[in-house]
Amino acid sequence: MMNAEFRISKKAEIVNQKLYILMSNLFIPNPKEAESIHILREVAAQFERPVLLFSGGKDSITLVRLAQKAFFPAKIPFPLLHVDTGHNFPETIEFRDKLVEELGLELIVRNVQDAIDQGKVREERGRYASRNSLQTTTLLDAIEEFKFDACIGGARRDEEKARAKERVFSVRDDFGQWDEKNQRPELFDMLNGKIHLGQNVRVFPISNWTELDVWEYIRTENIEIPSIYFAHKRDVFFRDGLIWTANEHVFREEHEEVVEKWVRFRTVGDMTCTAAVLSEALSLDDVVAEIRESTISERGARIDDKRSEAAMETRKKVGYF
Amino acid sequence: MDIQGRKLIKIATAGSVDDGKSTLIGRLLYDTHSLTTDKIEAIEKNSKQRGYDYLDFSLATDGLVAEREQGITIDVAHIYFNTSKTNFIVADTPGHVEYTRNMVTGASTSQVAIILIDARKGVIEQTYRHFFISNLLRMSHVVVAVNKMDLVDYSEEVFSKIKADFDELVVKSDFGEDQITFIPVSALKGENVTRESEHMPWYVGNTLLDHLEVLEPNDLQESSVARFPVQYVVRPKTEAYHDFRGFSGKLYGNSLKVGDKVALLPSGNESTIKGIHFFDQELEEAAPGSSITITLEDEVDCSRGDMIVKVGEEPKSDKSLTATLCQVNSKALKVGQKYILQHGVNRVLAKVDRIEEKIHADFSGTEQTEQLKLNDIGRVQFRLSKPIHVDSYKSNKSNGSFILIDEGSFDTISVGFID
Ligand SMILES: Nc1nc2c(ncn2[C@@H]2O[C@H](COP(=O)(O)OP(=O)(O)OP(=O)(O)O)[C@@H](O)[C@H]2O)c(=O)[nH]1
Ligand SMILES: [Mg+2]
Repeated sequence: MMNAEFRISKKAEIVNQKLYILMSNLFIPNPKEAESIHILREVAAQFERPVLLFSGGKDSITLVRLAQKAFFPAKIPFPLLHVDTGHNFPETIEFRDKLVEELGLELIVRNVQDAIDQGKVREERGRYASRNSLQTTTLLDAIEEFKFDACIGGARRDEEKARAKERVFSVRDDFGQWDEKNQRPELFDMLNGKIHLGQNVRVFPISNWTELDVWEYIRTENIEIPSIYFAHKRDVFFRDGLIWTANEHVFREEHEEVVEKWVRFRTVGDMTCTAAVLSEALSLDDVVAEIRESTISERGARIDDKRSEAAMETRKKVGYF
Repeated sequence: MDIQGRKLIKIATAGSVDDGKSTLIGRLLYDTHSLTTDKIEAIEKNSKQRGYDYLDFSLATDGLVAEREQGITIDVAHIYFNTSKTNFIVADTPGHVEYTRNMVTGASTSQVAIILIDARKGVIEQTYRHFFISNLLRMSHVVVAVNKMDLVDYSEEVFSKIKADFDELVVKSDFGEDQITFIPVSALKGENVTRESEHMPWYVGNTLLDHLEVLEPNDLQESSVARFPVQYVVRPKTEAYHDFRGFSGKLYGNSLKVGDKVALLPSGNESTIKGIHFFDQELEEAAPGSSITITLEDEVDCSRGDMIVKVGEEPKSDKSLTATLCQVNSKALKVGQKYILQHGVNRVLAKVDRIEEKIHADFSGTEQTEQLKLNDIGRVQFRLSKPIHVDSYKSNKSNGSFILIDEGSFDTISVGFID
């Protein structure tokens, strides 16, 4: 058929193009990386007190690399903020401190425990107790304390269906609220970060990346990540078809039996809301292969999202990341 | 191209309420195995709860509570999927009242528009508008997907009639015939989406997915002149880079290389490119689309909002401007009003001198008006506080477009396409 021929000629064209590129030393950008760098530079230029929300997970680690690229050879011109639930995996915290040290970054840590001690939020109890949603109060307090006008986050639109509606520059009111029905349109790559006093903007430079994009990038760039992203032996228990970490931070009923398994994590959040997956992936190649084959989404292993269909949207409306 | 050498194609959907845009995208996701089991389970559960005897794929993209309640799309959703050859980004736009604003927004970041037509309804007024916007934004391809063919007995006659009606619009536009493709589909049943339809043996073209995969949108190989708007000045002031002063930005239009003679605008000073930096790499030449940092041979004054171009390729510079505007906010644009005009990363003040005309977005002509309301399209003359350096939208999309920001609310209220 005509189409087959058309395809072959197109292929030849692409091959020719590649040859030309090889011969001419022409740098061809990765469009998603170039877009993210463009966004980060807009943040540095349009805002007075930006901050990068750093969780120690692969998305925020990717953001740090992109920020390095955006401002090289200068240092990243904004600090990192970690909202620590106190229930983080120790591997993540170690990793965080090492990264900050190596790159000479400024790190601010604010603890959910403080908000609990001050009686601002109440610790959840029982079977699904988690400090995940308690982070919002600590985050909003930190924004107020440091007068941050832009908070850079590693959320991606492919993660969750409410996230798919998010803007790159997402304006929040004084209470950190997201008004999902009244968002500024974003045209071409022009970003409008003009805000009133008290408002702030959540910025999502890797909005257009997929989970696989992130992993392929980490592999290509050879970026170091916390060890819990790779397969390791761990004490776990099974509940609701998910694999939970068995330790003192995670509520477990007596009949829920602890077993040792080879697992890894796909997202690295609070221990109480991040489920593990069975895995034998020991290298980045293995991880990428596993993600490609995977039939369950990254958020499928997030216990917080399983609670309800609209969990993310509800959290975002009150000021969550 | 991405890291894996796959090309990236960006698509915007268009069509009236209930034409099946979200269903079509959901179907594409499902058939390309881009929906994970947990998402499929959620769709199954939800469809059942609603008493449907089929899977409602629109649930895959309608992400807000209000959307699922009402069964309509309210805001643009961005959807990602890939095949072995191509990465796709789809902007699934809503079809209800505010379609103009939403389609312009979705289309501004896309190269391809899929316009859906309900086979039972044929070409309607909104189809005219969607096509008008595709034309205004100079999409590189338009796919006309005639949907719900299952409800018209997969009739060739119905399809041919719609195609003939649509062809009358094509002659009124700037599109060539090779830029428009017609495909009869059933999004719900998956006919001609990724799988050839047994019910439509009379259709000999590609399925939708096959067609999208062979497209080579023209702005992948940009071929106008190089434009480098300076976003940020990098001054490390460290020992190793004591005198380093780099100009960071994203390159548009064409490539730049070390040794190129360049002009800095607005000053008009000239210099030569000394280095092109991308992180720790020193490049010889960078292709359009690169986010790079440029150093110059001379100590010249240059800051955010300035533009670096090749000598002899300077854009026009003017304190007055005529553009086609689309109003994307419920606040109307009025003669005599002042706005912040953002052109790329540069901002100036702009005053509306005159609204030449309001353009009917259905190819039916123009009318006189004193204001442009939400979703209106019109030709507007501005006076600017400072000259800006522009190309026509036709010759360079990024340097030929701008947004207007309201001075009170700071909302983005219109988008302009420069003549
Ligand atoms: N029979 C049939 N029904 C379809 C087809 N495609 C979509 N529908 C139905 O049409 C209705 C509307 O579909 P949606 O996908 O929500 O329409 P939409 O164009 O996204 O609507 P808005 O986003 O609100 O503008 C749903 O009930 C679908 O199941 C089709 O090919 N055949
Ligand atoms: Mg829809």
